[in-house]
Formats: sequence, C-alpha cells, structure tokens
Amino acid sequence: MKLAVLIYEGPYNHEASDSAYNFVEAALEKGHEIRGIFFYHDGVYNVTKLMDPPQDDRHISKRWSELGAKGIDIVVCIAAAKRRGIVDDVLVDNVRISGLGQLTMMAIEAERMVVFGD
Amino acid sequence: MSDDVKKIMFTVRKGPHGTIYVYEGLEVKLIMAAYDADISVVFMDDGVYALQQGQKTGDLGIKGFEATYGVLVDYEISKVYVDKKSMEDRGMTVEDLVVIGEDEDTEEDIRPTVVDADQIAAMMAEQHNILPF
Repeated sequence: MKLAVLIYEGPYNHEASDSAYNFVEAALEKGHEIRGIFFYHDGVYNVTKLMDPPQDDRHISKRWSELGAKGIDIVVCIAAAKRRGIVDDVLVDNVRISGLGQLTMMAIEAERMVVFGD
Repeated sequence: MSDDVKKIMFTVRKGPHGTIYVYEGLEVKLIMAAYDADISVVFMDDGVYALQQGQKTGDLGIKGFEATYGVLVDYEISKVYVDKKSMEDRGMTVEDLVVIGEDEDTEEDIRPTVVDADQIAAMMAEQHNILPF
C-alpha cells in the first residue's frame, strides 16, 4: 500500500515522532511504499541538525535523515518552520523544506495518510 | 469535478486558542482548497468553539482567525459542518455560529451546517483522507 505520514509534534517532548518512525520502519519492512513524510506544527523541530541528545539516547533527527537517505521524500512545512526559526541551514541531510502543496499531493496520491500527534 | 477527485475531510476537535493546532490547521485548509480535491470540514467536541461568533483575542496577544472563517466560502470551502451534540453540550445554538460567506444568488448569510453523529459517520465513510487539524 502507498502510505504517507504526517507528524505534528516535536521530538522527545512527545512520543508522536517515535511512533511515526517505528510505523515507517515497520511499513517498509512489510513491503509498503512510503509516498512521503511531512512535518507540521512543532513537528518541524524533528529534523534540525542542531539536535545533540545524550549518547545513550536515540538521535531523532539522525534517524529521519537516514530514512531520507533511502530515498523517502521528507518535507518540512516552510510556513510552520519559519515561524519556529527552522530554515534550510539547520536541516539534517536528505530532508527538504517546502510548502503545504507538497502535503496536499501526498494526501491525494497516497492510499492512506497516517497522522501522528495530539 | 471528475469522479477521481479525492475527498478530503478535516476534523477540528480542539478549542481555537491555547494551542496553535486549529490556526495552523486553517492554513492547511486554505491551501488544499486551491487544489483539485473535494474539501469538507467538520467541527466537533471543543472544536465547535472555533465557530463561536465575536471572539476577542486581543488580550491573548494574537490576532485571531475568526475573520478568515468569515470568507471560507470565498476560498471554495463551503462544505462546513458542525456536530449538533457538541454544540448542545456547550450551550451553543446556530445563532452563535460565525457566518462563513454569502449566498451569491440570495445574498443570504451562509453558516456551517448542523449535522448529527450519524451524518458525520456517513460522510467519513466516503472520504479518501480524514485529517485531524
């Protein structure tokens, strides 16, 4: 199945990003296609390279970047990002910043869009 | 609209202020309405407060977005629904609701359509996506 994932919450503070990551990993393992991953609201904080968690903790932005390296389209909403001080320069590799039109295309083209957040 | 146009429903279940979800969610609706998609919005639970007329947000230090709801029909978002029971539970009536546009022919005010849970369930069953915003 062609899936898209939408994430609303920031890293560490909320489980949404972890759940979304686990969902994507599991879906890929089962052979599903990920049409795209979109970060909105505080979700835009998940993919900043300024993140530097303790070594014994998971590195959330690194995980997303590694997923992006597999060719999955990972998009940060530009309007939500600008409001929160997230710009191209602070993004991890394999993630891009773009508009809500990208979310629209994901919603239309994916068979299911799965939302993680409150 | 062709048959393969995707139906996308937004649900608004949170109060309009205190968090940014509803406001940023409105931005998504306005953008998606510009695409070839069949957009609808349902307000329920505390989300019905977002439709309350006469919100004064100045003291919160935010500009508010009630005025944008006032022109939803102009943005081609005319399928706007509100859950009857959620309104009743909160003591709201149709007269409390914001006007979302004006009928081109009759010039009458258009308000969100009051629906019950069964109607919402029936509409949900037809959707390609349901996005909680």
